[in-house]
Amino acid sequence: MSVDTTRDLAGLGDRQKLAYIASQAADARLNVELETEGMTLNIGPQHPATHGTLRIVCRLDGEQVVWAEPSAGYMHRGYEKLTEVRTFPQVTTLVNRIDWLGSFANEVPFILAAEKLMGIEAPPRAQHIRTILFELSRIANVGLFLGDLGVQMGAVTPVFMAFRDREYVLNLIEGATGGRFHPNFDRIGGLKDDLPKGWIDETRGVMRKLRNFCTEMEDLLFGNEIFQARTRGIGVIPKEIALQYGLSGANLRASGVDYDLRRDQHLPMAWDKVDWKVWSHPDGDSFARCWVRLMETRESTLIVDRLLDTIPSGPVMAKVPRIIKVPEGEAWVSTENPLGEMGYYVVSKGDLGPFRVKIRSASFNNISVVPWVLRGVLVPDIITILASLYFILGDIDR
Amino acid sequence: MVSPLASDTPVAELPGDALRERAVDQLRSAIGDALIDSLVKPGDDVWVRVRTDAWREAGMALRNVLGMDFFCFLSAIDWMPSPFGRGEDDPTQPPVERDTAIKQGYAGGETRFQMLARVVSTTLHYGVNIKTDVADDDLSVQSWIPVYAGANWHEREAHEMFGISFAGHPDLRNMYLPTGFEGYPLRKDFPLLARHVKTWPGIVDVEPLPGEPEEATTVEGAAE
Repeated sequence: MSVDTTRDLAGLGDRQKLAYIASQAADARLNVELETEGMTLNIGPQHPATHGTLRIVCRLDGEQVVWAEPSAGYMHRGYEKLTEVRTFPQVTTLVNRIDWLGSFANEVPFILAAEKLMGIEAPPRAQHIRTILFELSRIANVGLFLGDLGVQMGAVTPVFMAFRDREYVLNLIEGATGGRFHPNFDRIGGLKDDLPKGWIDETRGVMRKLRNFCTEMEDLLFGNEIFQARTRGIGVIPKEIALQYGLSGANLRASGVDYDLRRDQHLPMAWDKVDWKVWSHPDGDSFARCWVRLMETRESTLIVDRLLDTIPSGPVMAKVPRIIKVPEGEAWVSTENPLGEMGYYVVSKGDLGPFRVKIRSASFNNISVVPWVLRGVLVPDIITILASLYFILGDIDR
Repeated sequence: MVSPLASDTPVAELPGDALRERAVDQLRSAIGDALIDSLVKPGDDVWVRVRTDAWREAGMALRNVLGMDFFCFLSAIDWMPSPFGRGEDDPTQPPVERDTAIKQGYAGGETRFQMLARVVSTTLHYGVNIKTDVADDDLSVQSWIPVYAGANWHEREAHEMFGISFAGHPDLRNMYLPTGFEGYPLRKDFPLLARHVKTWPGIVDVEPLPGEPEEATTVEGAAE
C-alpha cells in the first residue's frame, strides 16, 4: 500500500485525472505481500445503487477500497441562477424539484425566508397545516428509504410495501394540495387553500397504517440477522467528522449529536405546539442511520396525529399584496427536511425577484463525506453505506 | 454497544440577542481589528465581516473559541447588478438603462465579490454568518479545509460558479460543468442564455392584474 493517493492532481481535467488513476492502479503492485494488483472500479453514473446519476470511482486493493471519489453534477439544473430571473412566488416551483421525494418540505424554508424579509407571518392555522404537510412529505420520503434499504441488501419485499404505503401518503398530499409530487401549495403569507372536507379523518387512518408499516419494517429488516451483519459497525462516522463535514438530519443524529432544527430554533411553525421526541444513536454506523430514520418516521406519524388534534380555526392566508415586493435585506432560514438541513440564504434588493439565493441542500454535505467514509471499506459495503447516507440526486446537484 | 437515545429534553433555551452580541465580542477579542464590521439583527441572526487575509484565522476562531462545531455552507455573492435585469427585455425596444452601482448587503463591503459562510453551534443552537471581501484584482481567499473539512466541495463549487480560487485547496476541479467550460455561471454578467435565444413570453402575454390602473397593464405591441 505504498502508492501515493494524495498526489496533487490539481490542474488536471476530469478525464486526465481518471486516466492517471486508472494507469497507476493497473501498474502498481498495491499489496506487495499478497501480490494483489490495484484496480479501478467505476460505479455509475447509471447504476441502481446510486439512486440516480451519481458516479463513484473507487480504487481497490483486492476487495478493499483505498480511494473513492464521488462525481456528481450529472443533474445540475442551475436553480441558483434561475431564481435570479424569477419572482418570489415563482421560485417555489423551482425549489419543489430539488428533493423530489419530499417536495413540500423544500418550499417551506424559502417561503419562510421571504416572509421573514417581509416581516409577516402566516396565520396559525396555515402554520399548523404547513407543519402537517411537512411531516407528511417526510413520511413519504423516508418511508421509501426504509423499503429501498432492503433492496440494496438483496431483500426485495420491503420496497413493495414501501411503495404501497407511500401511495396512501401521496394520496393525502394530493387530496390537500392537488399535486402528488410537486404540490407548489405554499404561498408567501399562508397556503393556497384550506384542507378539504374529510381529510383529517382520513389522515388519522393513514397514520395508523404507516405506524404498522414501520413495525413491519422493523420486524422484517432491523431484526434480520443479515441486515445487522451488513450494517452494524460498517461505515462508522464519528461525531467530529460528521459535524465538520456538515452532515445533517438523521446522519448527524446517528453519530450521537442531539440536534434537530425542528426543536432547536424558533420558526413560525407548529412543532413547538406538540410533544415529540428527537431520536439519536451513539454508534454512527450504517445501522444507526437506518434506525434513526425508522424511529423518526414513526415519530412523524405521531406528530401528525397530535397536530391534527390541535388544529386551530381561522384563515389560511394572511393579507399580502397581490404583487409581492420583498424589502431589501438578507435572511437565512433552514428547516429539518427529510434528508437533513435544507436552507436558503436569500438576498433581496427590494425587487420582485430575489437578488441571490444560496440553496444549502442536505445531500450535498451528506455526500461530501463519502471519500472519507469509503476509505478502507469492502466493496459490498459501498452499497450499504451509500444507501444508509440516503441522498437524492437532485438535492446534491440542485 | 451503547443503548440508543431518545431525547425527551424540553426545548433548549433558544438563543437570544445577548448570545449573538457575545459572539461578536468573543470574535473581536480573538482576531482583533481583522473584524471589520458586524450586525446583530434583533431576534434574527448575526453577520460579521472580516479582513480577507484573516479569513482562515476567523474560521479557526469561530470553531475553537466560539464553539461553532457545525459547518453549514460556504459560498460567494456577486454584488454587481445584472446588466440583463431579469432577462425580460424586449429586443425590439431600445436597451434599458440600469443602475450599475454595486451595493453590498449586511455588514457592508468594498468589493464586487464577497465570500459568505455560515457555521452553527449545535450546543448553543445559534449560527454566525461570516463574510469577507475578495479583492477585484486578485480573486483568491484562503481555503477553509483545515478549519472544516466539509468546505472542500463548497469551495470547488464557488470556484466553478464565481471563479474565486482558494489558496491551499488541493483539487479545484469542476463539479457540475464540463472541464474546459468558459465563464462563471453565477456571476451576474454571465447571461442566462435561455432568456437570450428566445424572448421571454411574458413581455407579449401580459394578463392585467386586478386593481392595477388600466394603462400600466397594457404593453405596447401586445394589443396589435
